[in-house]
Amino acid sequence: MSALLPQFVNLLGAVLLLLAFAMTSQRRMLALIHLFTMQGATLALATAVVGYVTRQHHLYLSAGLTVVLKVLLIPWLLHRVLDRLGIRRDVETLINIPTTMLIGIGVVIFAFNLSIPISHLSSALASGTLGIALACVLLSFLMMITRTKAVPQVIGFLAMENGLFFAATAATYGMPMVVELGIGLDVLVGVLILGVFMFQIREQFDSLDIHHLEQLKDD
Amino acid sequence: MSFSGVLSQLLEIVIAIALAPLLSGWVNQWRAWLQNRSAPGLLQPYRMLHKLFNKESMVADHASSLFRMAPYLKFGCMVLACSIIPTLSTDLPLAPAADTIALVGLFALARVFISLAAMDIGTAFGSMGARREMLVGFLAEPALLTVLFSASLISKSTSLTTIVETLAHRDFAIYPGMAFAAVAFLMVSLAENARVPIDNPATHLELTMLHEALLLEYSGRHLALLEWAASLKLFAYSCIGLALFFPWGIAEARAPAAMLLALPALLFKLGVGGFLVAVWETVNAKMRIFRVPEFLATAFLLAVLGMLVQLLLAR
Amino acid sequence: MTQWLALDWILAVVGGWLLISVAGMVAVRRLGLVAHLLFPLGGLLGLALAGLALAALEGAPQLAVLPIGLPSLPFHLRLDSLSAYFLLVVGAASSGISVFAAGYFRKGEGTAPGLLCLEYHVFLVSMVGVILADDAYAFMVLWETMALSSYFLVTANHRLAEVRSAGYLYITMARIGAIAILLCFGVLQAGTGDYTFANMRAQALAPAWTSIGFLLAVFGFGAKAGILPLHVWLPEAHPAAPSPVSALMSGVMLNTAIYGLLRVTLDLLHLRLWWWGAVLLAAGLVTALFGVVFASVQVDMKRLLAFSSIENMGLLFVGIGLSLIFASFGLQQMSALALMATLYHVASHACFKSLLFLGTGSVLHATSERNLGKLGGLIRTMPWVAWLTLLGALTCAGLPPLGGFVSEWLLLQSFLFAPALPLPLLNMLIPVVAAVIALVSALAGYTMVKFFGVIFLGQPREEKLARAHDAGPWERAGMAWLACGCVALGLLPTRFVQVIDPVTRQLLGADLGQRVAGSSWLLAPNSTEQASYGPVAFLMGILGCFALAYVVVRLLYHGRLRRGPAWACGFPFGTARMQDTAEGFGQPIRQIFEPFFMMRRELPTAFDQRPRYLVVVADHFWRWFYVPLIDLANYLAQLMSLLQQGRISVYLMYSFLTLLATLLVVMS
Repeated sequence: MSALLPQFVNLLGAVLLLLAFAMTSQRRMLALIHLFTMQGATLALATAVVGYVTRQHHLYLSAGLTVVLKVLLIPWLLHRVLDRLGIRRDVETLINIPTTMLIGIGVVIFAFNLSIPISHLSSALASGTLGIALACVLLSFLMMITRTKAVPQVIGFLAMENGLFFAATAATYGMPMVVELGIGLDVLVGVLILGVFMFQIREQFDSLDIHHLEQLKDD
Repeated sequence: MSFSGVLSQLLEIVIAIALAPLLSGWVNQWRAWLQNRSAPGLLQPYRMLHKLFNKESMVADHASSLFRMAPYLKFGCMVLACSIIPTLSTDLPLAPAADTIALVGLFALARVFISLAAMDIGTAFGSMGARREMLVGFLAEPALLTVLFSASLISKSTSLTTIVETLAHRDFAIYPGMAFAAVAFLMVSLAENARVPIDNPATHLELTMLHEALLLEYSGRHLALLEWAASLKLFAYSCIGLALFFPWGIAEARAPAAMLLALPALLFKLGVGGFLVAVWETVNAKMRIFRVPEFLATAFLLAVLGMLVQLLLAR
Repeated sequence: MTQWLALDWILAVVGGWLLISVAGMVAVRRLGLVAHLLFPLGGLLGLALAGLALAALEGAPQLAVLPIGLPSLPFHLRLDSLSAYFLLVVGAASSGISVFAAGYFRKGEGTAPGLLCLEYHVFLVSMVGVILADDAYAFMVLWETMALSSYFLVTANHRLAEVRSAGYLYITMARIGAIAILLCFGVLQAGTGDYTFANMRAQALAPAWTSIGFLLAVFGFGAKAGILPLHVWLPEAHPAAPSPVSALMSGVMLNTAIYGLLRVTLDLLHLRLWWWGAVLLAAGLVTALFGVVFASVQVDMKRLLAFSSIENMGLLFVGIGLSLIFASFGLQQMSALALMATLYHVASHACFKSLLFLGTGSVLHATSERNLGKLGGLIRTMPWVAWLTLLGALTCAGLPPLGGFVSEWLLLQSFLFAPALPLPLLNMLIPVVAAVIALVSALAGYTMVKFFGVIFLGQPREEKLARAHDAGPWERAGMAWLACGCVALGLLPTRFVQVIDPVTRQLLGADLGQRVAGSSWLLAPNSTEQASYGPVAFLMGILGCFALAYVVVRLLYHGRLRRGPAWACGFPFGTARMQDTAEGFGQPIRQIFEPFFMMRRELPTAFDQRPRYLVVVADHFWRWFYVPLIDLANYLAQLMSLLQQGRISVYLMYSFLTLLATLLVVMS
């Protein structure tokens, strides 16, 4: 039993990475939000399992917080934004998807290699998860780079936060509660601000294409 | 080579040949029900095969012997494939003849011959079908191989029976890399069996079809053999999937009595799997043919990623 | 009377070939004599060479010194397991090709038959010599003879401008490669002035110098093997030659590059550094992928095969690289497995590539058409050629139970069971390389379906194809011999692994023999539980099901068959031009791998009176690597032309100044 639970955390880490990859290769915005929701749920489950294994009960709280924020509230907000802005269409990416994924594989190899010496140092329950978390962060970054619309970029930002959170939970058994609450609030506020921002962009340019932001620079 | 080994080998072949059309019938039935249509009977594929075998074969005037040979060859390949995949037992005398790499090679051999046969008549549809089939094949084949490699890295073996024994009968462990492999395998097997979203088995629209375009010139017993081989292929892929991801219930070499339990377990797993395929085909739509390389490239890369995750976490 | 050793007998075979070439010289214009006596005799000698090499595989190295060449600089020859194995491949493949050539050469094609016979056999002799050479002097002389004789063979149809330019490109690249090899030997002799290989083996150079020697060898032999970016000559030169020569160049001559690389890296150099292996692995992998992607979009059947050769050379480099990596970490068993896969592939590549080139030769003879878009349906008029070529195509596609699959299988095994290496990055990358190799071999399948399907299947795309005639008995015999090789390599892997074992034992000190010899029908490099492959049972399984289905259907139902026009969805106006062309078949690959190509497309619009579709696929290397290089060379040459004043007294002054400078150097 005790051997199985760390493996389960590993599995959840792998699922997180899988979802991050699915997000980089997904064209549809609605599906992107669904994937993000699933990522949040996986993260909450992983946090709870880590909490159970290490008997740190404040992790249950942060798992609950994750559920409320990332599974319920933020997806709901994003859906509302999509409804209000009336965007349901496919998004085209800057680089075609197989190429993005190929770069993604390179990023994963890089992240894994980077994490191997570090993970030997840490005594955490699942030493491989650090590499996975790092890969998740980098992949989300990659996704933000390759998208041309504002909404996927926001989702990429949130997914990056998921990766960081997973690294914090799995590698160091969570941060102090205050920090976690602070980060949770930060993310929420960030989404709200970005939401407002998106409406502003739309009003200004009649589209959410971030190419238009290029016009804002001084000539 | 023991007596029970020979017995389980023969039993497995017979069951594969006999049950494969039933699986297709089962999927078709559920799909019809889920789409609010009245379904053909469960035994419809058998009636269909019987009818086709009774009919005379029409062959184009200029068809070469390659064309007439291909259905038998594909059927033979698929039967051999089914006989080396552990469906009921891992005690298979034929299994050492071909490991996972040879199994993928076997599928490739069948694909090459059927594509060549489709090109033989020289109609526009045939050559288009052959091209598309090879297009799907060249991306699906490495993806499938990579999925199997992930399993090989766990069990340190490319032999399917050893893989199944490792996964099913040693200490229970979770292999995170297999999560990636599972998704990739699902995508590959949908593509290889001409299922939604790559191909729609229910249509005969020439511009969208893939599997049908290859069989267009066949009739009578040749067509029957090819349809039978197609359902054997579905059966084989389902069994590979079950063996890799749900290996519990397959009898070990030292326990022939466990085969009594293995058959109901197999039927149950196939039943659930078939139902899920029907649900998948109902809720999804076929994608454009230009998107197919992207879909399969994704599958290939996911499989590679699974291997990487496996290597990272195995240390 | 001392006893004749295998080496002496082999020299006798070489002498026989030289006699044949002289005889060809004497009977320059007598086609009948040259074709029906000299070439078959050459083939027979090739067979004898193969037999002698097979006998010499196990034995101790045999040495000989031939007093030819400069005084006090004789040819040293040495026959050991490595050279015996390559001689076996050369002999077996060339005997099939020679027999084919007996029926191939006709009147009125470029060079006179006798001259061709001379060049052909000198080419064979020089290849055997390169493999036997035991000092740098003999090696370089024979290496250059090989390049020159094949140059003359390539330009056999020298009346065509494109053949001449292909030959020029070929000889240029061959020169550049030869310079690198010469420099490599210069580094290896370590300033002792003794250029025998025995001396080079004895030297213990500093790692930096060893690495320089290694890189020079990779460059030199890579240029011969067509490794990126030194591949440009291969798709030009191989198709330009007459088909038996293409077969000899692709199937046999490329192997000498592999031989040279093995000789230098695993025999002459005393160090084995892991990054050497990584260099070879990376270069080979890129080359293999590049080659196969380009092969799949070609429209000229011989160019397609030439690109496929590039792919296979890439795979061989991958195998050598992997073997080096394992050897550098002291894993001799795994290293032997990887080397085994490489050497196995050398043999199967020699068989199937020669066979495929010979097949295109027969097609070319029957139809005088190289463009895939104008062929089709030849299986009905040329059944022999078609079915034998099919065997070659299936082997090339790496399908079981034929020869190409065994080498692929062994290679993948050595990739998958790489034990933990001390470098994590290598650990992670090696399985990924296995996945890419799987992709390459699947693409090779695509290419071969295109190759065979467009040439032999479907309806003839041109009127004249209906009058095509099947190959003659000589050609059939030559092709059948090579096809037998493909099948035998596929079905009897345990036997052939034992043949290769002495080579790995010589180079790495490890073999697979004991473990493989345990079971006669199963190829299992480690244990049956880990991995096994039994091609005979495999084939029997398929054929058994085939036969059973055939009989049962006839017993239970009937075997009635009716012939009629093709159905084609009921569309009655189908013509042969509505089939997929070669361009059409390559279209998905062009789309997927678009960044690989430099494409020029001309698409018709809806209003064109005479719609025309054109797509030309070129290779980025030419534009971005070679053209700047050529421009640079031209620019430098132009600078040099400032020296050219046109006045005799100026030229005399140059000589005078040179003389003065030389004297100054000598004095000081």
